[in-house]
Amino acid sequence: MTKLSFVAFDGTRFEVEAENGSTVMENAIRNAVPGIEAECGGACACATCHVYVDETWTDIVGEPEAMEEDMLDFAYDVRPNSRLSCQIKVRDELDGLVVQVPERQG
Amino acid sequence: MESSKTDVLIIGAGPVGLFAVFELGLFDMKCRLIDILDRPGGQCAELYPEKPIYDIPAWPSISAQGLVDKLMEQIAPFKPEFSFNRMVSGLEKLEDGTFRVTTDEDEVIEAKVVVIAAGGGSFQPKRPPIPDIEAYEGSSVFYSVRRMEEFRGHDLVIVGGGDSALDWTLNLQPVAKSVTLVHRRPEFRAAPDSVNKMYAMQEMKQLDFQVGQVTGLKGSDGQLSSATIKGPDGDVEIPCTRMLPFFGLTMKLGPIADWGLNLHENLIPVDTEKFETSVPGIFAVGDINWYPGKLKLILSGFHEVALMAQAAKKIVSPGERIVFQYTTSSSSLQKKLGVAD
Ligand SMILES: Cc1cc2nc3c(=O)[nH]c(=O)nc-3n(C[C@H](O)[C@H](O)[C@H](O)COP(=O)(O)OP(=O)(O)OC[C@H]3O[C@@H](n4cnc5c(N)ncnc54)[C@H](O)[C@@H]3O)c2cc1C
Ligand code: FES
Repeated sequence: MTKLSFVAFDGTRFEVEAENGSTVMENAIRNAVPGIEAECGGACACATCHVYVDETWTDIVGEPEAMEEDMLDFAYDVRPNSRLSCQIKVRDELDGLVVQVPERQG
Repeated sequence: MESSKTDVLIIGAGPVGLFAVFELGLFDMKCRLIDILDRPGGQCAELYPEKPIYDIPAWPSISAQGLVDKLMEQIAPFKPEFSFNRMVSGLEKLEDGTFRVTTDEDEVIEAKVVVIAAGGGSFQPKRPPIPDIEAYEGSSVFYSVRRMEEFRGHDLVIVGGGDSALDWTLNLQPVAKSVTLVHRRPEFRAAPDSVNKMYAMQEMKQLDFQVGQVTGLKGSDGQLSSATIKGPDGDVEIPCTRMLPFFGLTMKLGPIADWGLNLHENLIPVDTEKFETSVPGIFAVGDINWYPGKLKLILSGFHEVALMAQAAKKIVSPGERIVFQYTTSSSSLQKKLGVAD
């Protein structure tokens, strides 16, 4: 199991145990983290699972692929550490990952 | 005002509306479909055309667009009529039990039966999350271009990175007083040719391209005076009197709420024998309907239209006996499909 932390917009922290191979979005939904909507269910087709990857983790998590970068055009307040959480797969190296939930999803 | 008649009017040309043509066609009912999109396929065509679907029976994997193409091929023998780029705005039942359907282009269609296959609602432009943008909509902020003249002499800001944003930047540049294109990054999701043209025009100072995101609007009484852009080097204020944001499409229930039908959380409750709504003669199938146990799956929608067609036939041809037949063995069905030998 890999540990993930979500920081909601109001600062509330959600620590969850995630299975490798699942997506960060799926873990947010399973644990009812507020502010992650994931309307399209993880198909990279809605941009409502937008998160900011904590600055200390951006190198390890990596850059979005072209399709995700295109979809990020539809998100609100996109920053250099923005990612769509349905496109981040949980793996051993991500143990301890922290992501912040933005003020709003589109 | 154009006026026409059909047996069955289908609102929505998503996968379920398309397959309804097949099941209705087997019972000799002529169908007309209306959709606000410019092509068939609904969510499959607009939201995820290239993604594979794995739960269409007998198709271990098929792309969403592939499914739409196959459906179009399958219903071709029934020669359905399509009206695209039209929103169905009005639906009323006439005294004789038939229906009068009107569109936002002022067409009137008379039908014996109406099938609502409207999915998640009609696709409409997404409102970008800019504070107070509502106050300027319809007066300074527009989501589409109906007439280019409306932008003549204006300082125009166009926001977005897809084909719509690029095409309108190029098309309105000769008409507007100034054009500023705003996109959050220097890469675009548009045809490379348009992007090159845009950069060439920027080089010649015929337009301006700003990397950034619009964070605020200024103006009064619905009249825009400037937009604040948050870019890599901080905030910039761009004077403007018109704005065109292009942020893709989202589904909104739209006019369906005004048709006097019972609704259940923006869905239309139906029975599970005929998939009929609270108004006899109006059916609802696919993602738009609701009944206990409903699943928003394409395969469920396909099942729904088969049952709905039986009930529709009784309205379109009252008194006629309905015979259950298989397409494999019925020579009369095969004739309709154009496969009889
Ligand atoms: C990313 C994603 C992945 C999916 N994956 C699967 C999957 O694997 N398997 C599966 O079974 N399903 C899947 N679905 C769901 C599936 O796409 C829907 O169940 C299906 O599209 C519903 O079909 P429909 O014909 O009922 O409605 P839609 O496809 O929503 O089509 C409705 C059409 O009606 C039009 N319309 C509505 N109101 C009006 C009006 N007033 N005037 C004019 N036109 C109007 C709309 O513009 C739209 O084109 C997925 C959906 C998404 C978004
Ligand atoms: S859930 Fe829709 S893009 Fe991630």
